[in-house]
Amino acid sequence: MERNIAHIALFAALIAALGLIPKFTLAFGVPITGQSLGVMLCGTVLGAKRGALAVLLFLALVALGLPLLAGGRGGLGVFASPTVGFLIGFPIAAFVTGLIVERWRTGKLVVVASVASVIGGILVMYVFGVLGLAQTLNKTIPEATLLVTAFIPGDIIKAVLAGLITAALAKSRPASVFSRS
Amino acid sequence: MISLTSATEIWAHRLPAASKLIALSAATVALFATNDPVWLGASVGATALVYATGGRAFLAEGLRNLRILWPFMILIAVWHVITGQMVEGLAVALRLIAAFSLANFVTMTTRLSDMIDVMAVLLSPFRRLGLSTRALELAIALVVRFTPTLVQKGQLLGLSWRARSARRPGWQIVMPLAVLALDDADHVAEALRARGGID
Repeated sequence: MERNIAHIALFAALIAALGLIPKFTLAFGVPITGQSLGVMLCGTVLGAKRGALAVLLFLALVALGLPLLAGGRGGLGVFASPTVGFLIGFPIAAFVTGLIVERWRTGKLVVVASVASVIGGILVMYVFGVLGLAQTLNKTIPEATLLVTAFIPGDIIKAVLAGLITAALAKSRPASVFSRS
Repeated sequence: MISLTSATEIWAHRLPAASKLIALSAATVALFATNDPVWLGASVGATALVYATGGRAFLAEGLRNLRILWPFMILIAVWHVITGQMVEGLAVALRLIAAFSLANFVTMTTRLSDMIDVMAVLLSPFRRLGLSTRALELAIALVVRFTPTLVQKGQLLGLSWRARSARRPGWQIVMPLAVLALDDADHVAEALRARGGID
């Protein structure tokens, strides 16, 4: 119990920290809004339930008024902004990502975690994100999809990174990768 | 840690948080129920007036918070000029500004402790069902405590990267940062158990 709470809380803090560390750019100049990477890691490392709870905890603190989203954003306003769909998708993305890693035990962890991050952290996340954009901006779903396609290549890089990082964590701290223990 | 509550105290700080949140929900539902630019424009005007009652400094702070909407404003402008549906574009933009500013007003005028009290009330049904909300309260405190710590550790990792490399630190420091977070979590869990644990 204590271990679950501590890991959930620390990963919520990790999502926040990934959004707050400044000057944080990926190899190809894609800025890590490290938070989607954080959401993927919540799923791949903590597993479905704990990962989703960590993300929910993070969102609860954002709603309470802490500036934890990338660029120091937070408060209730972000839940009225066009990106609200992505925020709603965050915990579900972590859950799906974690579920895939928990169930698919035959493959190499780096591959499994990367694929899980693509499915959960990109596919599921974008479904919610696009619906949110369509609703707040009064666009049709194909139109809203068009608006976010530019971000997909960067997110695919992040999904591969999530896979690499998860595999490295499983080597260095095997007991802490709940999704495989 | 700094919350987004405004340092400029205004009348709305003294209103109960729950009533502000209920009013905000009602206003947001109403904003999304209409597409009439006249109504939406009036809402933006009314919102601006509400901010103005807090004085110049408060209004300026509210306007500064609007900056995160800029990319969307540009996007809406470009989109609707190209498609020629100017009125629809105006309505979308006005609704966004009004809904965002109203939500932000509640955040700016409600202290973190008051928000947490509202959450405790919302969670009280769970307590009555026999579920402990202590775990959640503890988890919130842990996140508030450990976010600045992890940010600092991330910055230290960045510095040590710079000491060894001419290139900027990038994704390579995420893995050690995650290791530090996992280790911290284990230490916290041990410390909690040593002090009697949570049931």
